[in-house]
Amino acid sequence: MAYPYEHPREERMLSRYFGEVDAIGIDGWIERGGYTALEKALGTAQDDVIQVVKDSGLRGRGGAGFPAGLKWSFMPKDGKAPSYVACNADESEPGTFKDRELMRWTPHQVIEGIIIASYAVRAQHAYIYIRGEFVDIVRVLNGAVVEAYERGYLGMNILGSGYDLDLTVHTGAGAYIAGEETGLLNSLEGRRAEPRVKPPFPAQKGAFGMPTTVNNVETLASVPHIVLNGADWYRQWGTEKSPGTKLFSCCGHLQRPGNYEVPLDFSLKELVYDLCGGPPEGRELLGVIPGGSSVPILTVDELDCEVSYEGIEAAGSFLGSGGLIAMDDSTCMVRAVRRMVEFYAHESCGQCTPCREGTSWLTKILRRIERGDGREEDIPLLLDVGSNMAGSTICPLSDSAAVPVVSSIQKFEDEYMAHIRDGSCTAKR
Amino acid sequence: MDSESKLINLTIDGTEVSVPEGTTILKAAERLGIVIPRYCWHPGLSAPAQCRMCLVEVEGWPKPQPACVQQVQDGMVVNTDCVEARKARRGVIEFLLLNHPLDCPICDAAGQCMLQDYAHETGQLRRRAVEAKVVLGRDHVTPEIVYFADRCILCTRCVRFMDEIAQEPVLQVINRGHKGYIDTMTDELFEHPFSMNIVDVCPVGALVNEDFLFKARSWDLDQTASICPGCSQGCNVALGTKENRVVRLKPRFNPEVNSYWMCDHGRREVVRWGAGMRAEVPLVREAERLVPADWARALDATVEALRGVEGGAKAIVDPGASNESLYIVRRLMDQVGFDGGSFRVSSGPQQVLKGFPKLALREDRAANASGAEALGYGRVDDIYGAVRSHRGVLFVLEEGLDDAPEDFADGSALFVYIGSVLSPAARKADIVLPSPSFAEMDGTFTNFEGRVQRFTQGLRPPGLARPIWMSGSVVLARLGGGEPFTSAAAAFAALAEEFTAFSGLSYEKIGLTGAVSAAAESGATAS
Repeated sequence: MAYPYEHPREERMLSRYFGEVDAIGIDGWIERGGYTALEKALGTAQDDVIQVVKDSGLRGRGGAGFPAGLKWSFMPKDGKAPSYVACNADESEPGTFKDRELMRWTPHQVIEGIIIASYAVRAQHAYIYIRGEFVDIVRVLNGAVVEAYERGYLGMNILGSGYDLDLTVHTGAGAYIAGEETGLLNSLEGRRAEPRVKPPFPAQKGAFGMPTTVNNVETLASVPHIVLNGADWYRQWGTEKSPGTKLFSCCGHLQRPGNYEVPLDFSLKELVYDLCGGPPEGRELLGVIPGGSSVPILTVDELDCEVSYEGIEAAGSFLGSGGLIAMDDSTCMVRAVRRMVEFYAHESCGQCTPCREGTSWLTKILRRIERGDGREEDIPLLLDVGSNMAGSTICPLSDSAAVPVVSSIQKFEDEYMAHIRDGSCTAKR
Repeated sequence: MDSESKLINLTIDGTEVSVPEGTTILKAAERLGIVIPRYCWHPGLSAPAQCRMCLVEVEGWPKPQPACVQQVQDGMVVNTDCVEARKARRGVIEFLLLNHPLDCPICDAAGQCMLQDYAHETGQLRRRAVEAKVVLGRDHVTPEIVYFADRCILCTRCVRFMDEIAQEPVLQVINRGHKGYIDTMTDELFEHPFSMNIVDVCPVGALVNEDFLFKARSWDLDQTASICPGCSQGCNVALGTKENRVVRLKPRFNPEVNSYWMCDHGRREVVRWGAGMRAEVPLVREAERLVPADWARALDATVEALRGVEGGAKAIVDPGASNESLYIVRRLMDQVGFDGGSFRVSSGPQQVLKGFPKLALREDRAANASGAEALGYGRVDDIYGAVRSHRGVLFVLEEGLDDAPEDFADGSALFVYIGSVLSPAARKADIVLPSPSFAEMDGTFTNFEGRVQRFTQGLRPPGLARPIWMSGSVVLARLGGGEPFTSAAAAFAALAEEFTAFSGLSYEKIGLTGAVSAAAESGATAS
């Protein structure tokens, strides 16, 4: 089965074998050069592995974009305490579905990255924390883990190197906030997935109170390529601050939605209009959320930028997880935002007052506006509630919920006013 | 390594302060008398930093910081009352009041509610929310504690008390986000010997004690520093009294004895204290009948009866009597020849508070067994056997005598009953001297580990009831035993002179947190 969404302008490093059923099993993976990066890594000093990842400039693909090598270097080097690596496969950001495909088609690419990362940070046990809804993917991963044990890539004395590592696939129970790294750790320990106060950071006190590195699936999947081919090779793509390639999960009102892997200096506009084919026939795009629902909406006029971290930031949004949501002129912006905020209200863990109460209040105000009972003073109220929610909580969920509200009011206030003043909607149905 | 921890210099609201490394901003501010508003932070529990009420501005930092967990750093400039911090606090209060029923007029916590206080402080003229409030409801979490879910601000203090201090993590936040509420996982009631502390830690009126519900407004209560008489632990408490009745008991912080906590048994005991038919006037036997007398006559009769009586003195005392009372009875016995005094202690299973193991509901369910022993009384199983066939004077101090045998005190030359309630056996006395209950007078108890602690008077005693250290000392003086005592402190001073277990102690030294005498302490280390 060919992977349905291929485009010649893609740069398919991570997604090269998407659609090839043979690449899923370990034999097929080894035939395709799998686990050679692991062999190379195990013959290299741990700190040198960290150094090459640092030099590559690989940034965390989960959303925050923190340099991966730097994160690894925070782990203690004395090996006294047990330490862990957790692969964040919770992929819960609305609009994001790239990790699912990485694990579905190339589970060994991910596992190899986890083993290399664990070796580099001297961890004895690694976990894949995967969202429980990915039932089929969990099966694929469990099968792949068994294969890796059978071939000696996991377990005691891996490939005769003297390094031991166990890998456990752990399924979540359906909470967005378990994708926040400390919420993930609490959930892994069997607690409520409530984010922890930082400091201490996971590298100091993570899973079970021990040093832990948490990395996104895509970040870890990039590691074998970097270790095998070197930092300079990886830097052939992207920009100085955002090297490499990245998967974009494109969804919404597009002719060809799907996962596209492009270098990070690719044009956002071309990604939307060329690779994804733009909006359906006869429709105009209204706006694009480039990095999952937690980042500000960009209008069509703002799409002329690079998809790099700094490029999208300059345009007024964030790269985030790379979950691109396109909305055409059939969209009622108030309704779309209400739906997003409703999601955050449902997913707020409820620890922090501003988030617990603010998300549900925003939802209620937006519902009122949507059904035509809005008041003009609701606009400044929404903005002020948003500002009281932002930056005042343990984790960024509260900020995330305020973002679509604030950015949509800034850019689409007319749509709000149409609902409020005339009880009408500007969406072209 | 330097044993002294490093000092950090910082500025809070324009004032410089030096605090040890590792101190939080909240604690550092308290040194300057600045109380940063807080809900989820409690001094006896971990700090989850989740209510976000204590957000303060740290100059040069991008976001406001939670003062309860943010540790101080050298050169930090903190503003607790600037525009940014005030806006954050106003925001949190507004969020908390969105669905709060504001049923303060019928809320048990009104007047002692942190939400009420801070809402008042940040007062907003208009409510910005037009949305209908979410109504949840109320339910029992223990047979005695009711949870008002609407009032709850989900600070999780109760959850953390059960988890960290009781170490029985029965309470949880159920659901998440705005649908959250507190309950047991199984939706069943739980029971725990220290459960009522969750009512104390609740910063609002979400957890209330059904026994106290609608009994009193908090501002109508007089507060009196006291000691719980429920067992030999001697928890420091505040008596909440209204219209001359104890309506509730709250723990009073003492790091050496009970921290911020106390058990449920003690609270239940005290509200029953002093109930029943009280002895209000002295009674003197005249021609086989007990007749009321004033104190002058009662004391005359006592002095006269004690003069020239033979056969020595025995006593039955209650281990809940104060040291001062026990001391005076001992002195009176000495006047006619001390022939032994005994007491019995009711007991129950020990219940240790796991997260603060210094505190336990002790097996000895009496406040002052240690004091009675130190003053020469002996613990026996059968208090009646010890005085059977006694022909001399018999003193009974506060022991109820509910289960006394038919022939109790029949052979005694003189039977003096000192107590607050008269049972049939007590009515066999020749002289009855009515005394106040512990809440009605000053005194001291000695707890299980020899710590002497003061309790103070919270209630007016009924009728003519008068502490025995006062009336007894008049009798003593007239029998040639020194000057009468005019205060419990004076009685204690005399006691401390005489008995080594109390040597060196005085009411001043004991203060409101108690003290152990040097002699008792060295005795304890020697053994």
